[in-house]
Amino acid sequence: MAAAAAAGPSPGSGPGDSPEGPEGEAPERRRKAHGMLYYGLSEGEAAGRPAGPDPLDPTDLNGAHFDPEVYLDKLRRECPLAQLMDSETDMVRQIRALDSDMQTLVYENYNKFISATGVHALLRKLQFLFELPSRLTKCVELGAYGQAVRYQGRAQAVLQQYQHLPSFRAIQDDCQVITARLAQQLRQRFREGGSGAPEQAECVELLLALGEPAEELCEEFLAHARGRLEKELRSLEAELGPSPPAPDVLEFTDRGGSGFVGGLCQVAAAYQELFAAQGPAGAEKLAAFARELGSRYFALVERRLAQEQGGGDNSLLVRALDRFHRRLRAPGALLAAAGLADAATEIVERVARERLGHHLQGLRAAFLGCLTDVRQALAAPRVAGKEGPGLAELLANVASSILSHIKASLAAVHLFTAKEVSFSNKPYFRGEFCSQGVREGLIVGFIRSMCQTAQSFCDSPGEKGGATPPALLLLLSRLCLDYETATISYILTLTDEQFLVQDQFPVTPVSTLCAEARETARRLLTHYVKVQGLVISQMLRKSVETRDWLSTLEPRNVRAVMKRVVEDTTAIDVQVGLLYEEGVRKAQSSDSSKRTFSVYSSSRQQGRYAPSYTPSAPMDTNLLSNIQKLFSERIDVFSPVEFNKVSVLTGIIKISLKTLLECVRLRTFGRFGLQQVQVDCHFLQLYLWRFVADEELVHLLLDEVVASAALRCPDPVPMEPSVVEVICERG
Amino acid sequence: MEDDAPVIYGLEFQARALTPQTAETDAIRFLVGTQSLKYDNQIHIIDLTMNNIIIKRPLHQVGEIHISAPADRGVLACYNRTFCCVLSLDSFGALGKSSAQLFIALATSSDSKVLTCAAVWRMPKELESGSHESPDDSSSTAQTLELLCHLDNTAHGNMACVVWEPMGDGKKIISLADNHILLWDLQESSSQAVLASSASLEGKGQLKFTSGRWSPHHNCTQVATANDTTLRGWDTRSMSQIYCIENAHGQLVRDLDFNPNKQYYLASCGDDCKVKFWDTRNVTEPVKTLEEHSHWVWNVRYNHSHDQLVLTGSSDSRVILSNMVSISSEPFGHLVDDDDISDQEDHRSEEKSKEPLQDNVIATYEEHEDSVYAVDWSSADPWLFASLSYDGRLVINRVPRALKYHILL
Repeated sequence: MAAAAAAGPSPGSGPGDSPEGPEGEAPERRRKAHGMLYYGLSEGEAAGRPAGPDPLDPTDLNGAHFDPEVYLDKLRRECPLAQLMDSETDMVRQIRALDSDMQTLVYENYNKFISATGVHALLRKLQFLFELPSRLTKCVELGAYGQAVRYQGRAQAVLQQYQHLPSFRAIQDDCQVITARLAQQLRQRFREGGSGAPEQAECVELLLALGEPAEELCEEFLAHARGRLEKELRSLEAELGPSPPAPDVLEFTDRGGSGFVGGLCQVAAAYQELFAAQGPAGAEKLAAFARELGSRYFALVERRLAQEQGGGDNSLLVRALDRFHRRLRAPGALLAAAGLADAATEIVERVARERLGHHLQGLRAAFLGCLTDVRQALAAPRVAGKEGPGLAELLANVASSILSHIKASLAAVHLFTAKEVSFSNKPYFRGEFCSQGVREGLIVGFIRSMCQTAQSFCDSPGEKGGATPPALLLLLSRLCLDYETATISYILTLTDEQFLVQDQFPVTPVSTLCAEARETARRLLTHYVKVQGLVISQMLRKSVETRDWLSTLEPRNVRAVMKRVVEDTTAIDVQVGLLYEEGVRKAQSSDSSKRTFSVYSSSRQQGRYAPSYTPSAPMDTNLLSNIQKLFSERIDVFSPVEFNKVSVLTGIIKISLKTLLECVRLRTFGRFGLQQVQVDCHFLQLYLWRFVADEELVHLLLDEVVASAALRCPDPVPMEPSVVEVICERG
Repeated sequence: MEDDAPVIYGLEFQARALTPQTAETDAIRFLVGTQSLKYDNQIHIIDLTMNNIIIKRPLHQVGEIHISAPADRGVLACYNRTFCCVLSLDSFGALGKSSAQLFIALATSSDSKVLTCAAVWRMPKELESGSHESPDDSSSTAQTLELLCHLDNTAHGNMACVVWEPMGDGKKIISLADNHILLWDLQESSSQAVLASSASLEGKGQLKFTSGRWSPHHNCTQVATANDTTLRGWDTRSMSQIYCIENAHGQLVRDLDFNPNKQYYLASCGDDCKVKFWDTRNVTEPVKTLEEHSHWVWNVRYNHSHDQLVLTGSSDSRVILSNMVSISSEPFGHLVDDDDISDQEDHRSEEKSKEPLQDNVIATYEEHEDSVYAVDWSSADPWLFASLSYDGRLVINRVPRALKYHILL
């Protein structure tokens, strides 16, 4: 017993376990010494003790089975009166002695009686042990698992300690059976999984308290959590469904947030509470769990977000992203190892990037839409007397429409950086998003793509010039020029103000972009000149190539095609004038048409034609023509244009007259053919000089045309200048 | 390495016809035809000797001259009266170096109607190659040409272009007249031209050939022609079309030329100021496009030996020499010594250090003051070329020495 007492109490046992404590040992022994009968101990307990001579004898006064009736019967039958009397006297004396003994005993053991109340409590505990099996059973039946586990917990150590005692062993065996049943029921309940996470956590807690293996439970716990969370995911996925009208993205992320993320939070919290003892291995298990499910959740969210890509409304999307991101910051704290918050930020960043791309696409589409509108407006048949919208108006429409689209896009992407949005303080949204995303990607990207689109009209495969209306080229050129002078810097300033760009990424300087826009404008205008020049060139070429110049009659009129050329040139002049400033001309005398006409038709013409009449001096033709050329600059036919009306018109007229020259050189003229050319050229001279920067250029080219025609004429007799004048004035 | 100054020669009349004497591989010789309506036209033979002296021997000739492609040494094709004269002097075949020289001339017939014709002429004997010995004969009396035969085209319209067969015996000529493509056989010592076969272009509107070239590849069975914006290839055996490049240029195609070393490559130029390079096996897109001229490009010519050198002449009065090395037969420089340079080992070792070459404009020649209607390479010296402008100025230039050595070494 002493050995058991020494081994029994473990250092971990609490003060409530006093019955087995060292201080509880003495009273117990005393109780046993002072008589079991007095306390009505059970037969089995008494039987275990060493008995008297015949413990079953009912006549033994000191026996356990003493029966007073049997004893009296026996006395009356066996003993004579005297002996009866003696017996009575003896019994009275013994009773008295016992009484006094007892009195003495009480007096002597007063203090011990007092302490026996403590013993009583102890006994109650003992009684609890004995009642434990039934109580447990009852608890299990009632479903009060917590109570049962607490009981079991209280009793287990004692039972363990005294299991060598048969009575305790019995109790322990009973308890173990019941506990096993309890554990089984708990597991059952745990597995059924119908109850929510808190109940499950409770189950796990109880099972842990029952000493179930933690690792296994941890697996099982996660497996159950997985089932629950997967259900959430499935319901989310169902909402993605192709056909049913999905809830809007905000609702979706809300559901995801409260359902899945909330659930994940609970699981994580419970897990961390329950399995804290598992240490880093347990945490890693949880992290892996969260990572895996989280990535599936993210995949769903991304699929949902992808459905938003087409939409134009950023505010809902940003709010949804905000919810999504904010929601994940809580488990992010719990589950730092799983990196869910980082992953969520990445998703938000990705969506932001995609939105930028989407807006860029939108801007491009808007630009193309504007161009289509312009084309339609240009192609619309003009109602007589009522002019359609002028080019200037169209340009203003396009410019304002694009600008408003840009502003709308800026406002839309600005939502991503709003202070109240949970992710706006992430480094990406503070730096890269603003500079590389919005400024470079969206705004600079759009302006560049605009320039590219515009330039693509310059090298359209159908070089016949039919594809792009020239007015559109002109309009685009002016648009790009306006961008160069004002709009680009305005837009970029606006962007820089809205998105305080404060990182070290290099950005495209305004000047570079302006230079690109200017180059685009220049190319467009040059192309415009080429296209319009080609139109007039074709008219002139046809007029020269299709005519039989040898058998033509004496000219009476300016040919209709020349009038047409002048009309078209005037129309082009008006068109360009709508969008471009006048430009500078070389100063000339006021009546320049007269003056040049005289030079052109008399002195110079004489000089150039002279050799024609003097066959002996063929060299003079070249000499004179070459000397004249020495003093005139080479005419660059397709030379770069400046951004003004005069330069544009000069370019077009140069191209047209050069064509005329080349075509004339390929024909042979009769006398009247030459005269017709003379008349036509004079007519052009009369009307075209006013359009060009340096009218001398028109003179030179027309001179060259007439001179070439004269060279191509076997019988060059020029018309009288006065007659030419009269014909031209007649119109 | 200073380059030689250009050699400039002035003609009295307007001119648009220029050709090298193709058959002449020793002397640098060009023929130029004038285009005057009032005076006797001239054909000038211009020889460039070692010391850069030009010997001119004007040959008087009736009708204006548009010289076209060469065929046979000593044979000259001129179109007359309105257009150009095609001079062609060539060496393979029966006539040989020492024999008389022939050429084709185009001429117009009636007064009231201009009709461009072609005829084959023989050049005077004393003007044969090798007779440079009288340098002061510039004032010598003009020699007359001997008319051999006419290419009778009265039924087919104006001759636009005449080309000799680039190889063979110099008995075949292709001429383009309006919408007809005609193949002629010269018979009986070129005294008779018989129409061997013909084909014509059918389609909407008035189709007219503007230019044509005879491919030196495929055993000389292919001819390419241009009409309006379209390029077409023809098989001379069946006279049928073998390929067609619609809208090869945005505007009229003025000229074309075959790469002498790459059989499927040809260059074209036109009024859209562009020079385009084509692979006739895939004609949807040009292989390369040059846009260096500021007016119509009238002429494009591959160098006969080094096909990366491409010469173009334009009515912007400029001649441009381009280095189209990336699409040439020597994209990585000169790989095989085909010249008589002895020390091959040295060149080989240098090749390895060579960078892949870039296409670029080598030089722009601005000696002309009027439209340049004809440019061509010398048949004798691959580094020399001539250009002719309308005002009668003939300019002979050389490929810059630096480039020459770069290509050779």
